[in-house]
Amino acid sequence: MSRVLVGVKRVIDYAVKVRVKPDHSGVVTDGVKHSMNPFCEIAVEEAVKLKEKKLFKEVVAVSCGPAQATETIRTALAMGCDRGIHVEVTGKDYESLGPLQVSKIFAALAKKEEASLVILGKQAIDDDCNQTGQMTAALLDWPQGTFASEVEIEGDKVKVVREIDGGLETIKINMPAVVTADLRLNTPRYATLPNIMKAKKKKIANMKPADLGVDIVSRLEVLRVDEPPTRLAGVKVETVDDLVAKLKESGTI
Amino acid sequence: MDLFYTCRTQIGAAVAHNVRLNASQAAEAVLDKQVIGSTTSTKASTAKKAQSMESQSFAVNMFKGQINPSQVFPFPSVLNEEQTQFLQELVPPISKFFEEVNDPMKNDSLEKVEDSTMEGLKEMGAFGLQVPTDLGGVGLTNTQYARLVEIVGKHDLGVGITLGAHQSIGFKGILLFGNSAQKEKYLPKLASGETLAAFCLTEPSSGSDAASIRTTATLSPCGKHYLLNGGKIWISNGGLAEIFTVFAKMPIKDEKTGEMKDKITAFIVERSFGGVTHGPPEQKMGIKASNTAEVYFDNVPVPVENVLGEVGGGFKVAMSILNNGRFGMAAALSGTMKGVISQAVDHAANRVQFGSKIHTYGVIQEKLARMAMLQYVTESMAYMISGNMDSGSKDYHIEAAISKIFASEAAWEVADECIQVMGGMGFMKGSGVERVMRDLRIFRIFEGTNDILRLFVALNGFQDAGKHLKSLQKAMKNPLGNAGLLAGEVTKRVRRRAGLSTGLTLQGSIHPELSYSGDLAVNAIEHFGVTIENMLFKHGKNILHEQFVLKRVADSAIDLYAMIVVLSRASRSLSQGHASAQHEKILCETWCVEANDRIMKNVRDLKSNSTTQIFKNIKAISAAMVENGGTVSPHPLGF
Repeated sequence: MSRVLVGVKRVIDYAVKVRVKPDHSGVVTDGVKHSMNPFCEIAVEEAVKLKEKKLFKEVVAVSCGPAQATETIRTALAMGCDRGIHVEVTGKDYESLGPLQVSKIFAALAKKEEASLVILGKQAIDDDCNQTGQMTAALLDWPQGTFASEVEIEGDKVKVVREIDGGLETIKINMPAVVTADLRLNTPRYATLPNIMKAKKKKIANMKPADLGVDIVSRLEVLRVDEPPTRLAGVKVETVDDLVAKLKESGTI
Repeated sequence: MDLFYTCRTQIGAAVAHNVRLNASQAAEAVLDKQVIGSTTSTKASTAKKAQSMESQSFAVNMFKGQINPSQVFPFPSVLNEEQTQFLQELVPPISKFFEEVNDPMKNDSLEKVEDSTMEGLKEMGAFGLQVPTDLGGVGLTNTQYARLVEIVGKHDLGVGITLGAHQSIGFKGILLFGNSAQKEKYLPKLASGETLAAFCLTEPSSGSDAASIRTTATLSPCGKHYLLNGGKIWISNGGLAEIFTVFAKMPIKDEKTGEMKDKITAFIVERSFGGVTHGPPEQKMGIKASNTAEVYFDNVPVPVENVLGEVGGGFKVAMSILNNGRFGMAAALSGTMKGVISQAVDHAANRVQFGSKIHTYGVIQEKLARMAMLQYVTESMAYMISGNMDSGSKDYHIEAAISKIFASEAAWEVADECIQVMGGMGFMKGSGVERVMRDLRIFRIFEGTNDILRLFVALNGFQDAGKHLKSLQKAMKNPLGNAGLLAGEVTKRVRRRAGLSTGLTLQGSIHPELSYSGDLAVNAIEHFGVTIENMLFKHGKNILHEQFVLKRVADSAIDLYAMIVVLSRASRSLSQGHASAQHEKILCETWCVEANDRIMKNVRDLKSNSTTQIFKNIKAISAAMVENGGTVSPHPLGF
């Protein structure tokens, strides 16, 4: 079955000014505007484009989280995905949900749905982990094309142009494979109102991690969350000698 | 009982049943709307007739000095879960489109909406928001529509008018009055934006006086089509539209008298019928991106199937269309105000002068606070009215007119003050506020000038109040059969004239923390009701000509309705324990105190003799100016 699985994560909207909770256990999420992770949007766009090129038959959008995760899935459906899967994780479990558990879930779903391709955003803008795609591929023992800025299907292989520190790297990997989307892969389409209306009729299946045989207990414990230190005011000096003196004073030289 | 006899004689003269207050446009509109009150039904007891005529509209009742809370308390909440969820899904893509794709400055300087933006809007589905889904639209309710046009209003009023001229008035007639053949034929392409629509009423010699239009429709000898001849001006989308809702006059045989009278009929006209041409785009002060052009009809053959509504019923069609779309303006403008307020606040919170951020200075604080209150009132009116409309109310015309007047004037003031807060920066093109200000000016003029709408509000109110008094007069003829009604009315009048409360109260409708403001509102309504009666006693049917009175009555009505909507909204926030409830409470209280002061001043002015003198002076000054072709007094220097 030529099916693509796309992961979408609900995160705090990029434009929101994030605030740390008074008890330093995390950030404030109540009443804060959330939206689909921008890299996930790019992933969805790529998946839908591949389907529109008739290279795949179905695109399935998956999200792990509480009830509100279905909003994010609906946006993916409005962009053109065929159906959704909501893996329900709530409360404390959700707070401690990280890349390892999510990649276990995705690996299980990729097998269950017999996906040929799993496309994820390269990282989420809330935790910046940049791990889920890589872990998913490892758990499945599938090849991975990460930081993709170009994806081309050539028969049963995928040609991926990757953005790396030194420039661009082009690789060819066998399917089934995992690809993670980078910024320049594409420009996500706008969900139009007629598509949002059509999306209402598309199905979203609901399941729990246990249904997939996945244990989501976290091996990590967040001790404390702090804001970055406020930038202190600088000091202006008149001459180079003053500058050297001040630097010596502060123990920098 | 003395009061009552005076009442009877004066009312009898004042509100004779078929008084055709026909000089003013507004009055004609009011009377055309008359569905109730027939000349013939004298059989039903007056009390029953009074009840069946009773409108649920708050505004109608406030003119009678009564409080009908059913449409205003609690603040309407008309969306079910599915509609709310759907609406929540629609807001982000539309916002994103306007933030990232639409370029208001570009549209303004090109004097058109960029082609790529128009395409994007069509794909987005923005051209058929209220068309039913089975005909290709998004099928939104009024409240959902309001929420989306709020976004458009916040970003680009030029685009707002392009969309609004198309769906809020351009083809609204087909939605409201079209038969199923017309709907199926035209709505799908209009919804997708494949064809654009325009509303063609105004002519060079007919603006506010819409009933005087001269475009003619003559039935062809074969009886299969009408030939349209005439010219329309200032038609939004005139240069772009394929489908026009055109108003033309034709001689209709009056059934009673047999004589031929000119009546207006509405037509759906396709450009493809031939004979339709348009002029170049008008160069305007604002909403430059919106296409405004003259449209000419030269022997355009319009099939008889394209009559919209009844033959001869076109005036009512026109007024209904405008009435139906008015709430959209308040919604859009509440979005516009939010946008400029953010800019003003951003500036005030960061700009340092004289060693402090300028928002710490009282003068700036007052500007910001007043901007917030005006926006709060406008927003509350918009959603109260859309909520009422969605709940099935049919008589919201006074409230809709009030909201249009209020929103357009509030937005102008808010944009102006925003520029003032920003200082020189506000005046610069780059900030974007001067464009908003230019865009806003037309809102006080089109879709019924605010001046005409004030007359409309006042005359409508007087008419309803007059009918009420007239029904009391009838009850007087049969006092025994209507003892209860009469006793209540007498007591009420006696108490009011003695300055005592008549037991009118808002307790139970509003949150207890707002009871002082509620009392102010009740007091204002009582005084307002008395003033209305006094004006009717004093002027009778000549009230029509007393525009100085009508304006002040309308201003008071607007302030009163504004008080009520904020009381309702703030009550709801308090009851629901919103985080912002205390803030809304002070917005509400401040507004109510000041609005009450304004209403009381108007009430006093309408009683006082010195204002009568002022009115006389105004008339004389104006007459002299007209005679002189300008200012009258000679130059202080003598040359």
